[in-house]
Amino acid sequence: MIKEFFDKIRPHVEEGGKFHAFRSVFDGFETFALVPNTTSKTGVAIHDAIDSKRIMSFVVIALLPALLVGMYNIGYQNYNAAGVSADVMEMFLYGLVVMLPKIVVSYVVGLGIEFVVAQWKNEEIQEGYLVSGMLIPMIVPVGTPLWMLAVAVAFSVIFAKEIFGGTGMNIFNPALVARAFLFFAWPTQMSGDKVWVSTESYFGLGCQLPDTFTCATPLGEAAANVAVSASPAEMMFGLIPGSIGETSVIAIAIGALILLLTRIASWKTMLSVFVGGALVALLFDACGSTENAVAHLGVDHLWLGGFCFGAVFMATDPVTSCRTENGKYIYGFLIGALAITIRVLNPGYPEGMMLAILFMNMFAPLIDYCFVQRNINRRAKRTANR
Amino acid sequence: METFKVKKGLDIRLQGVSACETAEAQPAGEYALVPDDFHGIVPKVKVKEGEQVLVGTPLFVDKATETVRFVSPVSGTVTLVERGERRKVLSIRVKPDSAQAYKTFEVPDLKTATAEEMCQLLLEAGIFAFLRQRPYDVVPTPGVMPKGIFISAFSKMPLSADFKYVVKGQEEDFKLGVAALARIAKVYVGICPEQAGTAVGEVADAEVNVFDGPNPSGLVGVQINHVSPVNKGEVVWTLGAEEVLFLGRLVRTGKTDFTRLVALAGSEVEHPAYYRCKVGQSLTALLETTLKPADHHVRVIDGNPLVGRKSNGFLGAHTTEVCVIPEGDDVNEVLGWIMPRLGELSAHRSYLSAFCGKKAYNPDCRVKGGERHMIMSSEYERVFPMDIYPSYLVKAIITGEIDRQEALGIYEVAPEDFALAEFVCSSKLELQRIVRQGLDILRKENA
Repeated sequence: MIKEFFDKIRPHVEEGGKFHAFRSVFDGFETFALVPNTTSKTGVAIHDAIDSKRIMSFVVIALLPALLVGMYNIGYQNYNAAGVSADVMEMFLYGLVVMLPKIVVSYVVGLGIEFVVAQWKNEEIQEGYLVSGMLIPMIVPVGTPLWMLAVAVAFSVIFAKEIFGGTGMNIFNPALVARAFLFFAWPTQMSGDKVWVSTESYFGLGCQLPDTFTCATPLGEAAANVAVSASPAEMMFGLIPGSIGETSVIAIAIGALILLLTRIASWKTMLSVFVGGALVALLFDACGSTENAVAHLGVDHLWLGGFCFGAVFMATDPVTSCRTENGKYIYGFLIGALAITIRVLNPGYPEGMMLAILFMNMFAPLIDYCFVQRNINRRAKRTANR
Repeated sequence: METFKVKKGLDIRLQGVSACETAEAQPAGEYALVPDDFHGIVPKVKVKEGEQVLVGTPLFVDKATETVRFVSPVSGTVTLVERGERRKVLSIRVKPDSAQAYKTFEVPDLKTATAEEMCQLLLEAGIFAFLRQRPYDVVPTPGVMPKGIFISAFSKMPLSADFKYVVKGQEEDFKLGVAALARIAKVYVGICPEQAGTAVGEVADAEVNVFDGPNPSGLVGVQINHVSPVNKGEVVWTLGAEEVLFLGRLVRTGKTDFTRLVALAGSEVEHPAYYRCKVGQSLTALLETTLKPADHHVRVIDGNPLVGRKSNGFLGAHTTEVCVIPEGDDVNEVLGWIMPRLGELSAHRSYLSAFCGKKAYNPDCRVKGGERHMIMSSEYERVFPMDIYPSYLVKAIITGEIDRQEALGIYEVAPEDFALAEFVCSSKLELQRIVRQGLDILRKENA
């Protein structure tokens, strides 16, 4: 039945059809609805059932726990700040109402651009944005206006991905580029004490908070040399202010489990990020300046801010991370180490994960180069000794 | 004898493995020798339609080195020289006589023959054409001596013929074949652990190595890489284990006999078993009687589902198995990207099938996804047990950087080495085609 439906539309979108401009959109939806039944022409006759659609879908599934807790936390922070008690459902619904427009804007703008590019280049639509489109709303503060989100998405899809040739060819993680773009274009909207709690009331859900309301993230508190007010349990469950998806360590751990079991993310990268972060955090704890509270958070660094989220979902992006197995250890380690270093030594902004990953994205090819070059040298030596 | 543990790789279990029994195939009414089966040569046809040929009469030779002969597998009448676009020779058809007449060749003494004399015999009897040379995976150039000749005596490809069974009763021919090759260069035979202690594992005149591990440990390229990798400027030859039997028979009888025991396998075959066939034999009669009645499209593969090609109706020159599996172009599956799809063959852990080991699958020929840029890392590396970075090499081939291809080891590989990587590739890149093109371009550049 579904097949008949698509067969009926196909003539209209093919070359010369009335709606040829929508060919890429049609292709995209058709291949999502039906497994393409084109058969192999050269090489192997049989293929593994895996394709990039399934891989990307599984990353999105891995993101869902963090997203759901994030939505709940939006409500929790709002009601908590107002001092109003509400049941779990109410808090979650409020979070959903706040979050949904961000996800919609992210996908509509991002996929829209992908559709246009695919049509223009006469290619199939690439699924990479399915993940980026979910990541971007999850790594911004809840107070980010929708128009800013739209501009950032457009910027990152065009300048971080499409000009390099699309998914698989990009150097920087598109989601982080969007985040960095927002951060440098509108720093006051992206950090500080005002953006972490949703202050509006929608459809009778949530509470209207005063314009002067402020609430710092735990990292922000530490950066201001104030004692961190959140308890370890709150940090684990994610009931602290922060970017939407990054707060709950438990939800992220479930996602990590899915990614590691399916081997979509490399355990080498993920583990190394935590090892690198922990070592440097302990180092600062041991010999950091006593006047800098951030230096003395110790391994708490790993549960705060975007560290976990970055380590699990961003550092492991196969396209922008190292592609050699040994390189993954170095790449991950340096991300963790740099993130904590930035947090401790940079007075301007409490979080360092975003910049650490982007920085290492840039150096991943260099790390790979060293390992590939070793293989090349070995071969050259063998030839010379012949 | 040295044992190499091969860790990387993937065993693929498919339905319809041939049972170890031999059935007689009906005599075929037509034979065809297809120049495309011998990569890297340009055919110059030596016979005319209507001409009588013997077993061993050259049907065509290589234009560049006319001493490389491609001889008739049967005696009979040449019925057709089939030509395609720009008069390219597609095949030369021979209708066999009822009684086979053989051309006899003079075999030099195995103990005293020089390399040149032995090469001469191989060239005249048409067995040289079955050799393949690395670099480039082409028919070798006579006169350029190899540093070694590699033979893999097993295959772990899905549905492949089991040489342990094929060689039964022909052990002497195998030994003779190896002894003959040893006059030309050092011979290396790769065996699996089960073959240790058998006649094949104890062949004299050769260095025997054991390769213990999953598919593709039986690929000769993997074995070369472990034993003595091909450096720039070096040449090695490879010969299929069954083709060593051709040579053994030639040495024993002075006659060319291209009879193979071919595994007919796959889920569409009623009783998968071995059939005695000759190179170039028309498969029509054989398939008519052995396939299951099917209401869907099927694909006949000349070779196995990983290393093989769509059959052109005749048994290929290097073919040790013929597989028949569903084509799949008439299957419509809904929402494949999210469904559990329990029956799907996959090495990827987003399918549960990756966790349930021993089950045999029945996949069809669908690609099951669109072609993308290379996205996932380490996919190829997990199934590529050679000291080479396959993804970097493939990228260098795609971008046409010849120096980098050399540096990354293109001289050591053949397209078949990438078959397993092509199977697992989530970006659905046609790796074997890419590598083939890369090798062809490189050969032209270096000529």
